[in-house]
Amino acid sequence: MIVLLIMLLLIIEAIPALRTVGFKRFFTDPSWHPTGGAKTGTFNLTPILGGTLLVTAGAIFIAAPLGIASALFCQFYAPLKLGKLYRHLIELLAGIPSVVYGFWGLVVLAPLIGQWQPPGQSLLTAILILALMILPTVMLLSESTLRSAPQSYLHAANALGLSRWAIIRSAVLPTARGGIITAVLLATGRALGETMAVLMVAGNVVQMPDNLFAPVRTITANIALELGYAMDHHRSALFVTGLMLMVLIVILVGLAHWINKGHVHD
Amino acid sequence: MSKNISYITLLQLTIISLSMVLSGCDGHENSATAQSTQLQGKLILTGSSTVAPLANEIAKRFEAQHPGVRIDVQTGGSSRGIADCKRGTADIGMASRALKPSESDLTAHTIAIDGVSIILHRDNPIKSLTDKQIQDIYTGQITNWAKLGGTHNPITVINKAQGRATLEVFLHHFKIKNQDIKPSVVVGENQQAIRTVASDPNAIGYVSIGTADYEASRGIPIRLLPIDGIEATVANVRDGVFPMSRPLNFVTHGDISALAASFIAFARSSQISDLVEAQYFVPIAQ
Repeated sequence: MIVLLIMLLLIIEAIPALRTVGFKRFFTDPSWHPTGGAKTGTFNLTPILGGTLLVTAGAIFIAAPLGIASALFCQFYAPLKLGKLYRHLIELLAGIPSVVYGFWGLVVLAPLIGQWQPPGQSLLTAILILALMILPTVMLLSESTLRSAPQSYLHAANALGLSRWAIIRSAVLPTARGGIITAVLLATGRALGETMAVLMVAGNVVQMPDNLFAPVRTITANIALELGYAMDHHRSALFVTGLMLMVLIVILVGLAHWINKGHVHD
Repeated sequence: MSKNISYITLLQLTIISLSMVLSGCDGHENSATAQSTQLQGKLILTGSSTVAPLANEIAKRFEAQHPGVRIDVQTGGSSRGIADCKRGTADIGMASRALKPSESDLTAHTIAIDGVSIILHRDNPIKSLTDKQIQDIYTGQITNWAKLGGTHNPITVINKAQGRATLEVFLHHFKIKNQDIKPSVVVGENQQAIRTVASDPNAIGYVSIGTADYEASRGIPIRLLPIDGIEATVANVRDGVFPMSRPLNFVTHGDISALAASFIAFARSSQISDLVEAQYFVPIAQ
């Protein structure tokens, strides 16, 4: 219900820009300099949208395999005490506020990467920080799915004399598939919406990055930087970006539902 | 029967929580009840990240003198301060520049004078830059320190985000348009700019002199560059010879409450000159 109200607010606030600036101009204008008003300001959203998608894709590319591997390690390979300790450490990682990650990235990670290739605050730094933030989400959710795999399958596979990895591959992963994919999709949703950490380490230059070390600006960082003072059409354009983000999340959630159709009670 | 009881419980809970919420709403009004000399109420200040630390210190001293008062200081840029002031979301807006003609319906109360300085990393061998060189650096004509007599490294150009008064003062003095700037990094607050320059020996940026001097005195490895041969010091700002000076303003819209008026008068008095000087700004009270 509240989600519907939020969507309604976004749509109502976004309509002035959509009507006066027009949907096409959001992708064809030469740059993003929206303070000139509807006629003289430019409203190209492509680099900012591209920034969000690239940062999220990169973070998932790193965090998903690592998170799933961590969950497998914790559940099936680690000695009991080590597994518990590992899980507690990951839970601690999950609890760190995002602005602390951003500060650490700004003061430690960005200068390190800057020594390799200036300016340091770049797409790569944002990807690494985001991956660090969503890894606990993927790991903890995957692990709880793995734990709920039916014990009878595991016993049966063991009785057939399969190796540990063969048991996991044939008996556990098929049943856990839906849960793991949900975990990855939830983590993607979190990565899409992350603001403060990305604002502090991504460089915030509105451009389509031509390499991994170029600075980018994401939708969320853009809203955080500009909404405070934006007036009229600029403000409305920012709500359009918020609407785009909301649509992306809705697509993700729909995907999660579709994949899990019928698999939830396995 | 149990269904009726749970409905009644729900109703009771709703009434209790509603009454708690509504009684809490009283505090939102800027009730400046001057009972004898006691001021009460809440003030919200938003805006410039240059003025915010100073406003915070002044607010702390004011709260110590008037225990019934709560003052809330938030950053977000001078443009946010002006916009919030117009919208009524903030009681006082903080702006680190003079008001524009389009803002003639607002009143500016100057509380200090500050300047904008170009900063480099302390290890950068460059000691000064001409105006033309700075223009070329920021518009992307010069991209390597070697062209200016420094090391063979690409220049990391740090620009401020739109809506920040420090950006507007910078653009006005060097006669550049924001569209023409080719930045490597765009930062929001003064602190972000300082941290970025301090961690990159090839960076160039610009911040408030007060903030830069304050951080440099605490050991952050940055250096302030002279403009037109005039050193970026507080003394030069006070004497009025530094080119990129700007007033630090508290901005209000229309009639202000007694509490806000009292706070602004306090901020312009000599009672807080020591706070202003501790932050390396120039106080306006004699």
